Amino acid sequence: MLTMSYSPLFLSLKIAAIATLLVFVAGVILARVISRNLFPGKSILESVFLLPLVLPPTVVGFGLLYLFGKNGILGKWLMDWFGVQVVFSWIGAVIAAVVVSFPLMYQSASAAFQNYDSNVENAALTMGASRLKVFFTISFPLAWPGLLAGTVLSFARALGEFGATLMIAGYIPGQTDTIPLAIYFAVEAGRMEQAKMWVLIIVALGFSSTLWLNWWTRRNVLLFNRKS
Amino acid sequence: MLNLDFQKRLNHFLLDITASFQNEIIILFGPSGSGKTTTLNCIAGLSHPDEGQIELNGEKLFDGKSKVPVQKRRIGYLFQNYALFPHMTVQKNIQYGSNDDELVRQLTEVVGIQHLMTSYPHQISGGEKQRVALVRALATKPRALLLDEPFSSLDRQTREQCHQELLRLHSRWQIPIILVTHDEEEARKLGDRILPMDQGKLGSPDEFW
Repeated sequence: MLTMSYSPLFLSLKIAAIATLLVFVAGVILARVISRNLFPGKSILESVFLLPLVLPPTVVGFGLLYLFGKNGILGKWLMDWFGVQVVFSWIGAVIAAVVVSFPLMYQSASAAFQNYDSNVENAALTMGASRLKVFFTISFPLAWPGLLAGTVLSFARALGEFGATLMIAGYIPGQTDTIPLAIYFAVEAGRMEQAKMWVLIIVALGFSSTLWLNWWTRRNVLLFNRKS
Repeated sequence: MLNLDFQKRLNHFLLDITASFQNEIIILFGPSGSGKTTTLNCIAGLSHPDEGQIELNGEKLFDGKSKVPVQKRRIGYLFQNYALFPHMTVQKNIQYGSNDDELVRQLTEVVGIQHLMTSYPHQISGGEKQRVALVRALATKPRALLLDEPFSSLDRQTREQCHQELLRLHSRWQIPIILVTHDEEEARKLGDRILPMDQGKLGSPDEFW
């Protein structure tokens, strides 16, 4: 019987859930503000948002260390003002997960907010609705399928984050040992059975979330878009 | 009464509008890209002129410095593709900007859409969508009504019916109605006044006839 701590599972779920929540809020707000507006520098800004998608995770990790390290601009500020240490802590893992999963959320949300006729929002405005009411009653429900897809993909990406997490949070059992890190260090230590177990768990989590998303999308979005 | 006197620089020309409308049906008639929709958007408050003024029943909606936001203008707008909310039933669509149940009941009766109230937009025909959008716009008790090629995607028979309904509604709810079209027959039939429009300028009604 294999004896192992399940802390990587709960830690991974905790980190991915917090990161997804942050990414959801930031992605939805930024995508809504930016996607339908044209302004100078828009392409540059969007390229910066998508950069973590194309950079090696080690580069992202290096950048985060540079910013959040003990002598980094943000790291020093967080330590001096709030006593929060980012490197070698689960907070660092959350930040790494946020940075690598944000592009997926932004891209999905941006496409979702451009996927419906903008005149439905204009119609609501001419009917006297405030911009907040228009957002929550029109924009958000119409973009919801795309937002949900972005959320699930971001969650799956956050769950699987390895390179940047290792660089900023390191591998501290019980504190920063997420499932991908646990797999790597189990293999390195020759504990293949344990590594296999974690691989199965993370494959099951990733597969079930994307399977559910596909099922939900087929059931709801197709119904929604069907012409009479 | 709606008074317009404004300018707005567009990509290829200057939109320069000076006109005054009573409670009549005005037709803006002109080719695509002549600035008709932008004119409607400026009146509704969805976009703004560079300078000039827009006045409705004595209230300044725009005067270069201050502008009344779109939500406060109470100007109904019927978009070319109707812009019905696809995730709401016809009833929810109509009640979105109105809580006057009696007015909603009257309007739905006049255009005969009572039986559609629980349907979703994707379940009804083009003509029905057009009627729903018209009722939805009027249910907010607008002080003026803007229609951007509202009948262009309808078949001939449905278009005829919708023309009659618009005339009937206008005889009951006397407000300025500005209708954009490039259908000459429609313009002649519905318009109390027809203003040809080209390259951002309004011509005189004589030019049309």
